[in-house]
Amino acid sequence: MSDVAIRCQGLAKQYEIGEREAYRALRDVITEAFAAPFRRLRSAARHSKNGSASGEKTRIWALKDVSFEIKRGEVVGIIGRNGAGKSTLLKILSRITEPTLGSVDIWGRVGSLLEVGTGFHPELTGRDNIFLNGAILGMKRAEVARKFDEIVAFAEVEKFIDTPVKRYSSGMYVRLAFAVAAHMETEILLVDEVLAVGDAQFQKKCFEKFRQISTGGRAIVFVSHNMAALRTACQNGIILERGGVIAQGEINTVADQYLAALSSDEGMQSVETESFVVADVSVSSQEGPVIKTFDTVEIRVRLLAKSEVQNPGMFVSVLTLDNQRLAALAFNDFLKVKGLQPGESCELGFRIERFPLLAGEYQLEIDLTDLDHYKIELVNRKYSFEVVESPVYQGRKIDRWFGLVGLQAEAFGGPVAAGAGDRTMAAPRSHTGL
Amino acid sequence: MSDVASTGASPAPVGLVASAEQGQLPHTRIEPKKGWVSVDLKDLWHYRELLVFLAWRDVKVRYKQTALGAAWAVIQPLFTMLLFTLFFGRLAKVPSDGIPYPLFSYTALLPWQLFAYALTESSNSVVGNERLITKVYFPRLIIPLASILAGLVDFAIAFVLVLGMMAWYRTVPTWAVLTLPFFVIFTIITALAVGLWLSALNVQYRDVRYTLTFIVQFWLIASPVAYSATLVPAKWRPFYGLNPMAGVIEGFRWALLGKTSPPGAMLWVSVAVVAVVLVGGLYYYRRMEKTFADVV
Repeated sequence: MSDVAIRCQGLAKQYEIGEREAYRALRDVITEAFAAPFRRLRSAARHSKNGSASGEKTRIWALKDVSFEIKRGEVVGIIGRNGAGKSTLLKILSRITEPTLGSVDIWGRVGSLLEVGTGFHPELTGRDNIFLNGAILGMKRAEVARKFDEIVAFAEVEKFIDTPVKRYSSGMYVRLAFAVAAHMETEILLVDEVLAVGDAQFQKKCFEKFRQISTGGRAIVFVSHNMAALRTACQNGIILERGGVIAQGEINTVADQYLAALSSDEGMQSVETESFVVADVSVSSQEGPVIKTFDTVEIRVRLLAKSEVQNPGMFVSVLTLDNQRLAALAFNDFLKVKGLQPGESCELGFRIERFPLLAGEYQLEIDLTDLDHYKIELVNRKYSFEVVESPVYQGRKIDRWFGLVGLQAEAFGGPVAAGAGDRTMAAPRSHTGL
Repeated sequence: MSDVASTGASPAPVGLVASAEQGQLPHTRIEPKKGWVSVDLKDLWHYRELLVFLAWRDVKVRYKQTALGAAWAVIQPLFTMLLFTLFFGRLAKVPSDGIPYPLFSYTALLPWQLFAYALTESSNSVVGNERLITKVYFPRLIIPLASILAGLVDFAIAFVLVLGMMAWYRTVPTWAVLTLPFFVIFTIITALAVGLWLSALNVQYRDVRYTLTFIVQFWLIASPVAYSATLVPAKWRPFYGLNPMAGVIEGFRWALLGKTSPPGAMLWVSVAVVAVVLVGGLYYYRRMEKTFADVV
């Protein structure tokens, strides 16, 4: 046996849509049974026509042909959008549901944390729930008893351990629930999005615990939308998209790839920082959405204040795709606008004459500021825009050899008379945007 | 072994433990199972503590925030008994095999209440524990089993009253009382046999929930609780055993009070019926359980 903890081969899971949506009443089945012969006739007719879709149920593949290997001591992040199949994968790995095709080999006991506090009963005390939850997660009573004090200390609920958990604050509840799960001693741990719980302090504690677990030679599979969390917790990542693995490898590489795909796909959607919601970011030239070198370009950012902002402002940086900063502008250097109450929105922007960038893809990085409150908040998304080919240098085809910036230049000169010296160089006429 | 891992401050013993365990890591293979699956007793045994905990949870939670608490376990059969005594015993003068009617009906209500509770709870158990089923793996059979076990506590409490009644009516049990545990277990198994079918069906068809009250009422009247099985002509009595609760209740009366005759052929018919329903139920349940998490 090697040091493989989990090996998935050609895993696939098919769901029948409709089955999940509503309960089937017996009546439906009976009517269906009567209707079946007719339907079969009808669908046979349909079949011959378009050659697809038998029956009325739509089947979807939540997972298809997923194969990977996870080694002991490895922490692997599963990345993907909603509906990409992450949860289905975890459910199969934790044996909650069966795959339709393929197989998984697992060496070691599996602890799954698909939800914090599964089986917690509100009427029972913290103490009772620790034992109950432990049993549900597959721990032996003796094991829970041995770790009892550790669990209580980790959850920081010593004083309330004999209080029914329905009287707990939600923070306490979640801490207790997580503490039980974190003390499982299984060789493999499956974790779904649970770190989105508790305050920052507690989250840090959880990460610490995970690191401890993985250095003990146990494998962790970790599903989350939180890229920062994944980057800290995992070594490797797997991207799922529409049920299939589209990339796997080192976590930072994979996470970057995922984010790039995400931002190019989702267009300009709203993003939030601590005190603002970014409702819209647009880059356009005066003539329209197409930007050409030396156009007058406007960058507009529409904001909604979440809390009171006295002196709204922003830094806008123009970056290359490989994050090299080409230029940056600070709004407050130019203008001061009225403060915002929570819920109020405003639009801030820059007008840039003779926009100098040559054709290519660039991105904007935006920091929102309230300098009166010493706040600078980075918007956690880059907004990409494109400068299209335009006749910069007399219609010449421009490639990267010409650099990134167009210079508005005028050429002059000719044969030099002997003795005229260097005078001709005295009046260069060019400017850069930088 | 894991003791060291949890308390050891230095990382060294942890590493040692891990490598010692590596040689014997359990291997699990997950793949689609086709057709009928048998009961995995080893897996069930492995999760026996969960069974106890879930039953214990049901017991502990059952009478929380009620004023009368566990007294409810007595009140229900007691008042049913009083009602039966008034209408069937006094007014309708239903014969009770020479046993005082209150004692006659209460001894039948004991297994009946256990059965009705176990049947209702187990049938609703899978749907009621949806959260567990969709979030954690464990042998799914644990769920109906645990919900049935919780009924035993109510049964035990209600049982105390029958002892008092027997003392009041000066009824001394015979050696037949030794068979009493068999009838208690048989009651549970009967409820489980039917409960397995209904709980698995309930996942797909919520009609079960509504049918259930009807089934229980119907079954009560079809069972010799308020009347004696001797009302049924002797030659038809084995057929009456097709209702397993008929055999159980008659047997229970005989075991506890010793006055009536042992149930005989009727009981064997009941045993056979339950065996068939149980085996069928187990297979049906196992077949359906793999889709529980997707459908429930």
